[in-house]
Amino acid sequence: MSHPGKTIKSILVAMSGGVDSSVALLLLKRQGYDAAGATMKLWDYTDVGGDVERTGGCCDLEAINDARAVCESLDVPHYVLDFSGSFKEVVIGNFVSEYFSGRTPNPCVLCNSRIKWEMFLKRAKEIGCDAIATGHYARTGYDRNSDRYFIQRGVDDTRDQSYALWGISQEALSRTFLPLGDITKKETRRIAAEADIKTAHVAESMEICFVADNNYERFIREYSDHDIPSGDIVNERGEVVGKHKGVPFYTIGQRKGLGIAHPTPLYVTKIDVDNNRIVIGDKIDVNRAKLTVSGINWVSSPPRQESFEALVKIRYQHKAQKAQVTPMDDGRLSVVFETPQLAVTPGQSAVAYDGDTVLAGGIID
Amino acid sequence: METIYLDYNSTTPVDPEVIKVMQHALAENYGNPSSVHTLGQKSKTAIDAAREKIASLLGAKATEIYFTSGGTEADNLALKGAAIALRKKGNHIITSKIEHHAVLESGNYLEKNGFEVTYLSCDKDGVVSVDDLRQAIRPETTVVSIMMANNETGSIQPIKEMVAVCHEAGVLFHTDAVQAMGKIPVNVEETKVDMMSLSAHKFYGPKGIGVLYIRSKTPVAPLLHGGSHERRMRAGTENIASIIGMAKALEIAVDKLEGEHQRLTDLSEYFIDRVKTEVGEVYLNGPVENRVPSTVNLSFKGVEGEAIILSLDLKGIAVSSGSACTSGSLQVSHVLEAMDADTLLAQGSIRFSMGRYTTKEQLDYTVSVLPEIINRLRAMSATYQKAD
Repeated sequence: MSHPGKTIKSILVAMSGGVDSSVALLLLKRQGYDAAGATMKLWDYTDVGGDVERTGGCCDLEAINDARAVCESLDVPHYVLDFSGSFKEVVIGNFVSEYFSGRTPNPCVLCNSRIKWEMFLKRAKEIGCDAIATGHYARTGYDRNSDRYFIQRGVDDTRDQSYALWGISQEALSRTFLPLGDITKKETRRIAAEADIKTAHVAESMEICFVADNNYERFIREYSDHDIPSGDIVNERGEVVGKHKGVPFYTIGQRKGLGIAHPTPLYVTKIDVDNNRIVIGDKIDVNRAKLTVSGINWVSSPPRQESFEALVKIRYQHKAQKAQVTPMDDGRLSVVFETPQLAVTPGQSAVAYDGDTVLAGGIID
Repeated sequence: METIYLDYNSTTPVDPEVIKVMQHALAENYGNPSSVHTLGQKSKTAIDAAREKIASLLGAKATEIYFTSGGTEADNLALKGAAIALRKKGNHIITSKIEHHAVLESGNYLEKNGFEVTYLSCDKDGVVSVDDLRQAIRPETTVVSIMMANNETGSIQPIKEMVAVCHEAGVLFHTDAVQAMGKIPVNVEETKVDMMSLSAHKFYGPKGIGVLYIRSKTPVAPLLHGGSHERRMRAGTENIASIIGMAKALEIAVDKLEGEHQRLTDLSEYFIDRVKTEVGEVYLNGPVENRVPSTVNLSFKGVEGEAIILSLDLKGIAVSSGSACTSGSLQVSHVLEAMDADTLLAQGSIRFSMGRYTTKEQLDYTVSVLPEIINRLRAMSATYQKAD
């Protein structure tokens, strides 16, 4: 990958203790870079609660030990960087406050832009490294014509993580390596097994790392310093049809766990924080064609003024759909899908693609 | 890349002579010293000889030497053991804010279990005041624990004077001499302490073995119960090879003390001068005099310690910030905090600790890489503004 005006010799690899970052390190080392590994300590079980015995999360001691062992076997230094204070303030703080605002946050997006591509990158530069690398499945590089650093989907469509990387600045991208963007997860496992990397068979975690037991309700209750009031579940006509446990525990499009018997599936269509109500309706009521997006970061495309057509993805599991994207006067983007989409969820990221290339991203209002 | 080791206060490499006697002991002295047969008695003789040797090197009697698993256990045994044994006499204990965590956390544990603990502060050089100690002693005070030399700054504490104050008041005195042994003269006859902790791996011996010196007739309750080992003070089959290794290590350390002290004094003065000249805006934490000379704790204005440590490590130089047990976090060291150090400066503190294998060439190399590192960090620092 070309980095105009920058000579990259030394790279600090963010090691989670899983197979992906281990192979990222291995590949960079094979390419002749002066590589070192570092594991970010982002949280502590004493802070986040949950099952202490559980392993597989990125910050438990075993993961840190695995990362250290991999680095040792590849004869590169390994460090543990404690960012738990900032992580708690920036990422966990936002996670909880978003749920209380009736929104559904994506903490990985925030962690990427504010922790990994800000604090970790800064620490890398401080210790004399020219760039950082991670085990994300996405591609990055520099496009001479537009004079922009770009992010593209990884070649492994089933693993693509470009959606969570839209918040990275151009300066940070100019110092970023994503060695797994060009290979599939299967190849990663094969490379790890062939090289006899310790983490070759580590199971991966798909949950949010700091909610170790995947129990958001438990986490939010423990983290919050006040009681969370229950309230009414109402239908689209405003009739009370049930009771909810507290607005932070629901998400737009949610179908399960509503506790209401009904012949057809019911979905959460609105979280009304002001009136402490959850509104439910039929599938058709959750479909939306229009949304607005805030906090825009232009990635592969320079900031645009004119309306353009793009493929827009509105959550990690969503398949990007055709939409008209129009810059608004206040810097936000308005998105109009060709066909209405299920569960447009405030707090999630909306990412606009041109084919495989991330044009811009932001947070759904 | 050759590693330049400047972290001797964390631990030291094992002396080759020590390895030799330990290898022999591991092979030959496998008999249990508690066994009545000849093989067992051979092991007993070997550890008794080690005990004799250690006692004579410390100015103690052999019956006053108790082997422990290291400095932490020795500190725990001294504080908790004496506090519990003297509970009927009183429930007040005095220590200082600059102690090792083995002492601080033992104090904390005792506080949770009905004891009162006073933590004395220190002056800006990291020295605890004898007057403060005198004033803190109450009728119900039973034990005082003040370290001989501080692990982070090397500040040497006025132990002899403190012992006198305590004995006048009928109070026991314990010192954690883990960081003093092999670096300054340590002698219980001279200092008159009642208890003293040592750890072998700080003086080129093996890890996992230490000593608690307990003066005859000092009341201490054991923490580990079981067999009648260590005169019922510490149950558990003796760590024979390590005990023998420790005795050898101590013998060498005491033998080399005078020469090493002078050599390391010269080296550390040279190093401090050169860093100050080459880098600038560098401050020595701890006293200039009355310091274990091999401990050089420096604050670099405008930068924090962890970034320096990692940068130096990438250049093959091993150093620490503060004590090894607390590094890894950006918290200001409890020792520098007690010294009332400027917080921003304290965050940029690095402990260079030298030892037996430190050479002038190694220090020259360290000085040669420091300016680039510090300048880079200062250029990126939000808090650094160059002095006019």
